Amino acid sequence: MFDKKAKPSPRRQAVLDRYSALVDRLSPRSKMGQGLFRAFVVGGAICTLGQGFIELGLHCLDMTVAAASTFASVMIVLLTAALTGAGVFDKIGQYAGAGAFVPISGFANAMVSPAMEFTREGLVLGLGAKLFTIAGPVLVWGVSASVVYGVIYWLITILG
Amino acid sequence: MNLMMNLLKAFLVGGAICAIGEFLVLKTKLTPARILVGYIVAGVFLSAVGLYGPIADFAGAGASIPLTGFGHALTTGVRRAIQEVGFIGVFTGGLTQTAAGISAAVFFGTLIALVCKPRPKA
Repeated sequence: MFDKKAKPSPRRQAVLDRYSALVDRLSPRSKMGQGLFRAFVVGGAICTLGQGFIELGLHCLDMTVAAASTFASVMIVLLTAALTGAGVFDKIGQYAGAGAFVPISGFANAMVSPAMEFTREGLVLGLGAKLFTIAGPVLVWGVSASVVYGVIYWLITILG
Repeated sequence: MNLMMNLLKAFLVGGAICAIGEFLVLKTKLTPARILVGYIVAGVFLSAVGLYGPIADFAGAGASIPLTGFGHALTTGVRRAIQEVGFIGVFTGGLTQTAAGISAAVFFGTLIALVCKPRPKA
């Protein structure tokens, strides 16, 4: 049987020491450094997964670039919704902070998470409204900004 | 090789955009919800002045998956619609371009909210 308490052999101990020294050297010291590191790694991983879906769409499902990009967003939204429902996404969010909520996964989580607590206000109005607690402001300001840009762009095309 | 390169670019650029968000969370009093709104509007702005397009071409999902990419999609949709149908494109382009993401989030969100019970916050 494997004995957990047994002392590792000197050679094994050297490997363990070198490993912990490496961990010490690479792990960020400050709260800021740790936060940035986690956000970078998890956010990067979510985007890499998205890129994987883009490549899948382009090479296996015969999509255009635009369609594959949309497909990737939809898949990330679907996965996030499922993970939020299962209670897993909250843990990822606690660990990664902005790494979890800056990608479109954050948008999906911000819709599902409040919506799951609809019971008090009832199904039709409660769920319907809570879905947009955070997504509402995001859409309002995003769409408004794009309309402002559109008017400016239209004026330039008319006058230019 | 090309595939690995694309994945790496998505990882680095996407990770960097998220790290900037985390920096804002830690340095300012902004809540995550405000940062989401800020990222969308920043995406619209950066795309409008022509800065986000090259990043999107370079990084693929590294630029399109972060919410700045949502703003970029709004802007490119508006621009294309104006080129195709004129002034009314100001109002049709943005949501047309982002329709799939929004519809998916609404539908899957509703489905999950119906099926899953909320659990006590840890």
